[in-house]
Amino acid sequence: MTKKVPAKRPASKILSKKTIKKPVPKKLDPKAQTIESLLELIRVTSTEIPDDVAKTLMKARSQEEQNTTASYAMNIIKDNIDLAKFKSQPLCQDTGTVIFFVYHPPGFFQNAFKELIKKAVVKATQKGYLRQNSVNSLTGENAGTNLGEGHPSIHFYEHNKKEVEIKLVLKGGGCENVSTQYSLPDTTLGAGRDLEGVRKVVIDAVYKAQGKGCGPGALGVCIGGDRADSAYNAKKQLLRKLDDKNTLPDLAKLEKEIVETCNKLGIGPMGFGGKTTLISCKMTHANRVPASFFVSISYMCWAFRRQGVVLDKKNTIKTWLY
Amino acid sequence: MKQLTYPFSPEAVRELKVGDMVLITGKLFTGRDAVHKYLHDGNKSPVNLKNQIIYHCGPVTMKDKKTGKWTVTAAGPTTSIREEPYQWEVIRDHGIVGVIGKGGMGQKTLDACKEYGCVYLHAIGGAAQVLAEKIKSVDGLYLEEFGLPEAIWELTVEDFPVVVTMDAHGNSLHKEVENSSKEILKTVL
Repeated sequence: MTKKVPAKRPASKILSKKTIKKPVPKKLDPKAQTIESLLELIRVTSTEIPDDVAKTLMKARSQEEQNTTASYAMNIIKDNIDLAKFKSQPLCQDTGTVIFFVYHPPGFFQNAFKELIKKAVVKATQKGYLRQNSVNSLTGENAGTNLGEGHPSIHFYEHNKKEVEIKLVLKGGGCENVSTQYSLPDTTLGAGRDLEGVRKVVIDAVYKAQGKGCGPGALGVCIGGDRADSAYNAKKQLLRKLDDKNTLPDLAKLEKEIVETCNKLGIGPMGFGGKTTLISCKMTHANRVPASFFVSISYMCWAFRRQGVVLDKKNTIKTWLY
Repeated sequence: MKQLTYPFSPEAVRELKVGDMVLITGKLFTGRDAVHKYLHDGNKSPVNLKNQIIYHCGPVTMKDKKTGKWTVTAAGPTTSIREEPYQWEVIRDHGIVGVIGKGGMGQKTLDACKEYGCVYLHAIGGAAQVLAEKIKSVDGLYLEEFGLPEAIWELTVEDFPVVVTMDAHGNSLHKEVENSSKEILKTVL
């Protein structure tokens, strides 16, 4: 069954070229096929770094001085990326909060799709692509399935395309714990209600995350919005490719400036000291009420697990988005 | 590159200095939030931890249905600072000589390292596969009732790569980087 879905970059021992050209003819019913495709999405997200992130990390690796703890860390990171892909096993044991973003045409059955996602998550947990990672906050119980109140996190969006697109982010606890929200003005930092104030609090967040968020890190930032939407929109910025450019010139400039400034702090990979503290900063904004000015920062670790697929009419994977 | 080989001792870890890159060969015991709270609350450890190394890690584990044998498929470190309220006491009462984790720990742990002969070893966060490769066998499972990631796993490792970031002489790389980055921070804010 697993051979039915074309793997993104299959390990040669799992799938030969022959297999790709001639998929196993066994037909799955539409639901089972969707679960297979979702399972493959989870597998690839958990075990492979997206190309844009890998490229940025390798560039950072080449910039660290040789024979330092920073280059030692970056070398292990590279080995880990290669090994996880080769073995088809999780890059990081903390497979995180499982966050789905589903973009669908009008007339789509969201509740039914949710059930298929849950089934795929349980299967992925059984196969070891996801750790038993979801705990009841009241009882402390871990059902071992990754299902429970509010988990997995699933967000639906209607779009004008005919196909269903699914994006997935696995967000580990270490980097989620250093994600944060500021309320401007912040007098201790001298941060006012303007872009300069935003710049200050974001840099402060990176300084405070040192050692804890598995750097070099990547940021998603939202300026404004209420507390909840602001945090959510910050996280959604992690869906942007690292090499894209913000369409708003002010934010494009600020993104670049923040990365450059944070890399002057000398915190480095893992907080060992070094040149690369931050690999990316992606920013958005949302309207606020006059009385509030929140800046939300979603910190992502170097093990930036994000992938996406477009499904065809048969619910098989048509294209990979990253 | 230095070697730290089983059996471990306070004398051996006192030789290590901040910045040393070390390969560990021997036994490790995983223990994270639930285990630390449990030991801190005065409960007896189900396994003797004297002169052992504790690893802040909640591994991904798979049980072979036929043989019942466990394998660890992913095993990177978790953030250590969460154990700061408990760690010093666990070092004192259980005679631990090494703590592996990520992100470093605070003054209490640093003091305990100096007083009792213990060292903090930083593994590379997120490098779950490289680190799992170094695990040669799973030798025991204790406190399974805490859930598999939270249990104590007894592991044998070979050439497990870490960096000494807090030594038994009161030095902390984390403190150094925090202080130097703080100075730079002042100039950019």
